[in-house]
Amino acid sequence: MTAFDSLLFAQFVSGLSRAMILFIMASGLTLVFGVARVINFAHGSFYMVGAYLAYTSTFLLAGPFGFWAAFLIVPILTSILGGVVEVALLRRIYEKEHLLQMLLTFGLVFVFSDAVRMIWGVDLRMVSLPSYMAGSVNLLGHQFPAYHLFIISLGGAIAIVMWLMLNRTKFGKLIRGAAEHREMVGLLGYPANRLFTIVFMMATFLGGLAGAAIAPAVRISLGMDTEIIAECFTVAIIGGLGNVWGALLGALIAGMMYSFGILVLPNYAMAFIFILGGIIIVVRPNGLLGKSSQIKV
Amino acid sequence: MALLEIKGLRKSFGGVKAVAGVDLQVTRGQIHGIIGPNGAGKSTLFNLISGYYRCDEGSIFFKDKEITRYRPQTLVKMGMGRSFQVTKIFPRLTVFENVQAAVLFSKGYGLNLFSDARRLVVDPAEEILSMVRLSGRAHELSGVLAAGDRKRLELGITLASNPDLLLLDEPTCGMSPLETNETIDLIRKISMEKALTVLFTEHKMDMVFGIAAYITVMNFGAVIAAGTPAEIKANDRVQKVYFGEGHVA
Amino acid sequence: MNTETMNPAREEKEHPKKKGVRWPVWSTLGLLLVLLPFILEKGVSSYYLFLTVKVLIWVLFATSFNLVLGYGGMMSLGHAAFFGIGAYTCALLLVKASCPPVLAMLAGPLAAAIAGMIAAFFSVRVQGAFYFATITIAFCQLAYTAAFKWRSLTFGDDGVQGIPVPAFISTEASYINLYFFALAVTVLCLYVVWRIVKSPYGLLLRALKEDPVRATFIGMKGQQYRFIAFVTSAFFAGIAGVLYAFLETSVAPDILSWTFSGEVVLMSVLGGMNLFLGPAVGAAIMILLSSFVTSYMKYWLFTMGTILILIVLFCPKGVGGLVLDKYRAWTKGE
Repeated sequence: MTAFDSLLFAQFVSGLSRAMILFIMASGLTLVFGVARVINFAHGSFYMVGAYLAYTSTFLLAGPFGFWAAFLIVPILTSILGGVVEVALLRRIYEKEHLLQMLLTFGLVFVFSDAVRMIWGVDLRMVSLPSYMAGSVNLLGHQFPAYHLFIISLGGAIAIVMWLMLNRTKFGKLIRGAAEHREMVGLLGYPANRLFTIVFMMATFLGGLAGAAIAPAVRISLGMDTEIIAECFTVAIIGGLGNVWGALLGALIAGMMYSFGILVLPNYAMAFIFILGGIIIVVRPNGLLGKSSQIKV
Repeated sequence: MALLEIKGLRKSFGGVKAVAGVDLQVTRGQIHGIIGPNGAGKSTLFNLISGYYRCDEGSIFFKDKEITRYRPQTLVKMGMGRSFQVTKIFPRLTVFENVQAAVLFSKGYGLNLFSDARRLVVDPAEEILSMVRLSGRAHELSGVLAAGDRKRLELGITLASNPDLLLLDEPTCGMSPLETNETIDLIRKISMEKALTVLFTEHKMDMVFGIAAYITVMNFGAVIAAGTPAEIKANDRVQKVYFGEGHVA
Repeated sequence: MNTETMNPAREEKEHPKKKGVRWPVWSTLGLLLVLLPFILEKGVSSYYLFLTVKVLIWVLFATSFNLVLGYGGMMSLGHAAFFGIGAYTCALLLVKASCPPVLAMLAGPLAAAIAGMIAAFFSVRVQGAFYFATITIAFCQLAYTAAFKWRSLTFGDDGVQGIPVPAFISTEASYINLYFFALAVTVLCLYVVWRIVKSPYGLLLRALKEDPVRATFIGMKGQQYRFIAFVTSAFFAGIAGVLYAFLETSVAPDILSWTFSGEVVLMSVLGGMNLFLGPAVGAAIMILLSSFVTSYMKYWLFTMGTILILIVLFCPKGVGGLVLDKYRAWTKGE
């Protein structure tokens, strides 16, 4: 095993890890859009709140217990927060024009951003890992940060759970149906309101989970919400709006493009995914896994 | 000579065969009705003809040109106008502006960024408004119009593009008998005055027999009969589809 | 008289109340605008004149932005990019290349327009708010990151300092010259945007926003119309950026941020995005609010976000829309 092989493998693992975070985020985003046609700009805010809450959790509950508790408590908290937002605010604007819906979630970004600042201040926060997570692990003859592997497993677990939910439960069928034909939801006698609330809460659960997951790996700061949002949205588009597996595919591509991109052009690696997004929009606007457009308009 | 000719048109959505091999001809100057139960594929057919959907198979000829792959905008320029089953107008523009916008575009003012629109094409727009009997409401916001008035406004917008062929999707949808008769009279009058060919879909039988010179009957995406109103009335198959096994005078 | 042939333009002029209101209002306003700087600077403090120039800049930015949002129906969340590119281009040309001021001032909006063309190329292609929002956000994010990281070009987060303001609008002694320059530029640009809005193109753009499918079926190619609106607004945003560079004599990457984009969106919505002067009203309110209510400055974003949410929920027509409705009710009541 040459050093170069090691490097490639290391980039692969870190890219996969990054991809999993993006998948968790983008899947929530795309689900909410697919079912309720809501463009939630504040999705990144829930991610940021999740990260800060994870910090607080580890702060309040010392040691490894705090770390694991974060993974359970934080997403539940962000999910509840999402539920409150959906019921109190989003519900009122479903009937109104699209533009107003977007403005609302856009306004939420600013509210959350300052709320986080009010509560946690401007200093960077860190979450430390329990010792068995912090080190490296030997896999296939290479050393990897154990935490990457943890995130990858987490992402995989989420993917499996999602697959089960979408394909094996009645609720999942409803979601898939709603994404294809929104009118169907009401016609089936299922209260659309409740469906939208649940889906939104699922998405914010995922956002918080992603935030909690990334917290130990980055410096938790106030720009997190806006940093992630452009990439998330792009990943969702590349994969195909409303399509969770598209989100997975897009996330994998994004993660790999970045982690290998920084080997080649470190300062521009960030832009690669946006360039791909631009190409997809021109060439195949419905995304890689979306169906090709029926309409010639 | 056929103004519009359709050969073997097919369109499926997943497993559903919305249009399953349709042949149709519309003669110039004719008022041609397409009837069929809900789900027969009438609206899909319109969407295919007007370029809104891409067909899977088949060809469409308009004015002797093959237009199968043409976009809606091109077809509008060629002289095809279309209305929708669920009326489409510009709600926050006034009634006058709705028609004026269409006239401005068709007269080539589309990318004019500096003239004052208020002074342009006023007479042609007003003429259309009086033709569809909406002159009195010219300066109201079109969004507040009742359904019947909206249909007439949409007709006006369609006329503004100087079409030769009008595709009207259920023009009397949701109308009372009185409004239906008024609309039929209007369509007949306009098509005579402007020498238009009209292809419309409908599932109110009496409306169709009142105005169409030629009728095509569809069911499950295919044509099951075509002919003059008398021929259609006498056609057993049509009777079965519409009225069950009994007979209607 | 046959009411059916009444020309809408004629009808507007003949309304008695409106006729009476026109001339006195405009001339008073004009007089006020000319005397204002002197009153403010000599009478009160030059800070208020500074603020007034700031209001003018934002009025220009917000009004031209609204071409995209209110008239075009496109939710552009990255318009700060064009403002910033205009400001940076002018600033860098002046500071680094000792470019003649007039050229630098023209280069700003031109660069912004070119950037607008690139962004518009991708964003107007697909019908869909999601795509549009993503592209505009991504574009702005890229511009922001570039300004931050490309230190050799843009001085990174230190920004461009000490921009040499041309002598005729020098702000060393007083802001009065800059004020008149900004006023002239703003009024001229607003007039141009007004003409565009009232033109056939403007009407068709509004129609496109109202119902894109119906617009297709009168023959319109929506992409063209949206493209033009976008590039035009980017151009004027660039002009606003140039004025900003002269006012502040320095530019920093924060003018390319998401927050900055959000402010212009809020201004348009607050003032009324369906009115030509709505964004201008919103701009004035927000600038004055943010300056005077300094105790809330600590949580300005929170305030902004809350105002936006409240407007969307309870007053989507904006302040301007509300005022106009009251005015209309008043004129009808007579």
